[in-house]
Amino acid sequence: MIEIDESLCKGCYVCIEFCPLEVFIISDKITVAGVYPPHPEYIEKCTACKLCELMCPDFAISVGDKK
Amino acid sequence: MLPTIFCAGCGVGSIMNYVLRAIERLSLNINKTIFVSGIGCSSRIPGYIHADGLHTTHGRAIAFATGIKICNPELNVIVFTGDGDCVGIGGNHFIHGIRRNIDITVIAVNNFTYGMTGGQLAPTTPRGSYTTTTPYGNIEHAFDMAHLAKVAGAPYVARWSVLDPHQSIKSIGEGIRKHGFAFIEMLSPCPTAFGRRNELKMVRDQWEWYKNNTIHIKKLEVLRATSEEVEIKEAEKKIIVGVLQDIEKPEYVSEWNKLLERVACTDR
Amino acid sequence: MKVIGEKVQFVSGDDAVCYGALLAGCTFFAGYPITPATEIAEGMARLLPKIGGIYMQMEDEISSLAACIGASWTGRKCLTATSGPGFSLMQENIGYACMTETPLVIVNVMRSGPSTGQPTLAAQGDIMQARFGTHGDHEIIALYPNSVQESLDLAIQAFNLSEKYRVPVILLLDAEIAHMREKLVIPDDFLIINRVLVTIDTKEYHPFRTGFTHPGSKVPEFAPFGSGYHTYVTGLTHEEHGFPSTTDPHAHDRLVRRLSEKILDDEEALSYLETRFCEDAETFLITYGITSRTALAAVKNARQKEKKVGYVRLKTIWPFPKKTLQHILHDAHDVIVAEMNLGQLIMPVREIFGGARNITKVGGEIFLPEEMERVM
Repeated sequence: MIEIDESLCKGCYVCIEFCPLEVFIISDKITVAGVYPPHPEYIEKCTACKLCELMCPDFAISVGDKK
Repeated sequence: MLPTIFCAGCGVGSIMNYVLRAIERLSLNINKTIFVSGIGCSSRIPGYIHADGLHTTHGRAIAFATGIKICNPELNVIVFTGDGDCVGIGGNHFIHGIRRNIDITVIAVNNFTYGMTGGQLAPTTPRGSYTTTTPYGNIEHAFDMAHLAKVAGAPYVARWSVLDPHQSIKSIGEGIRKHGFAFIEMLSPCPTAFGRRNELKMVRDQWEWYKNNTIHIKKLEVLRATSEEVEIKEAEKKIIVGVLQDIEKPEYVSEWNKLLERVACTDR
Repeated sequence: MKVIGEKVQFVSGDDAVCYGALLAGCTFFAGYPITPATEIAEGMARLLPKIGGIYMQMEDEISSLAACIGASWTGRKCLTATSGPGFSLMQENIGYACMTETPLVIVNVMRSGPSTGQPTLAAQGDIMQARFGTHGDHEIIALYPNSVQESLDLAIQAFNLSEKYRVPVILLLDAEIAHMREKLVIPDDFLIINRVLVTIDTKEYHPFRTGFTHPGSKVPEFAPFGSGYHTYVTGLTHEEHGFPSTTDPHAHDRLVRRLSEKILDDEEALSYLETRFCEDAETFLITYGITSRTALAAVKNARQKEKKVGYVRLKTIWPFPKKTLQHILHDAHDVIVAEMNLGQLIMPVREIFGGARNITKVGGEIFLPEEMERVM
């Protein structure tokens, strides 16, 4: 339901700062750009408010609608 | 084209996101939309959008945009500029574009510095700040861009920080719809060139700074009506955000077309 | 064109430029008042609204040229007019117009300089600035009339060349030609050239690719803003798709060489000169603009005294008509360049004829024939 495009993520963590339900954590997997991207660890808490998608400066997050 | 050249935590990417959402909500025809920009990080935005774009010389975007709009009024003309580009080198074109009241929408990204060149003093740099050309602290006073726009007579003036996605998108939409010069100032973090030298390196710190140093215009109006002098004076030191002006005023292209109706010969 | 009025008129060089622009199809003028070019702005302010065109008075010369460039990208033919101090301000945007291949015409009515100088008096001191005023490697086309009639004719030609080569064209006048009044005959027939528009499918479109739709051409086809082609225009070094490519040395080399070659390849076709008494000449007098009128009198006087002097007048200053002049001066014994500056056109002439002599006059008064005859 939340897709993160790791080729675009720069690791600014705006999404982590702004998620009202603290869905994201910083993953320990490193990308080719040297970035530890966010990971929606607590996806079950997500309400699909889409603030992360809206505020990501790099268009790296896509949020599907809540089922 | 993506990923963008913008640094991690830079607000320019978010602002691009907001503008594109505003355009989508208005169902603007992208084939009839042109993005004009000056020089600087903010001015790189049009290079990432599939549309007509004009990346011009430093400070002059509003003048180029004026030529485009009057010659083809059916185009939606959106200008991206920065604080230095708009009120530094571009100051003259800024005030005259507003004076003429040409129907364009100007999104001014204010990061308090000249970011692209590494973080020099800008006309909006707060007093006391450290930049590469004010290593001992800035002694100059900073311009309030939105206030300048309001006083120059722009019919739509708004200011938001990147902290406010929904308000920003709404204002950008209102600006585009406004028939006249619309000015939207966006306070935007620059962690690399400005933040790093002023203890605002982390995005979280910059946003704390915005929360503590901005005040919504409606809240200020309430304070002025109800609070003590001391409290009002403290509040007035902050940067005012919100919609600062929304009026109607004769617009340049419309006025020119009225003149042509009067003057143009049918038999040429 | 009815708004221009009678077929035969008695008008100034500035007025003739306005008429020429309108006849060429110009529908946009943006400018700023400056002596001795102000009358062009005033003329366009009066005439353009009558044909449904647009006149804008901008806040300075920098924004005047900027507005013209923006207007040109919507497909219109655009004009601005200025003099030395304003021309100096325009240099950055002239470079931008060259880099982005924007057609437009800039009139520089030269006055005595440097700096504020002698605002109402003539000089020919911007010859080098027209070519090298803006930074970086670029080519420019500059034309220079010597009469009111030619001000109209070369104004039309300036628009045609700017459209054909997608380059800003500088129309140089001097204050004398701009402000003198002479007979003008409005032509009925003349050639109009328009920029080649793009017609291929949007998916195949590359804004700055050449030689694809029109093999052999070094000038890209033009897609005005709003036509659905999504053109990205930048002053940064760019590749054929238009987007910046600033760290690729080959991309830059390819771009600036093409921008030069598209004009220099046609140097001879662009070399407009007038020659008289040259067939058996041993001494050649080279002049341009108002100076050429004195030169013609001087050469005629010299010929009456049986001196073998030839008259060469440049109408094209840039690209410098090197090959054509080389041909004319092939058997020359003596070459004299007379100009109202401290020596500018003499420099490219000396590349062809090393011993060329320079007679210079500054201060605002034009040459007298005897000043030229003395040196022959």
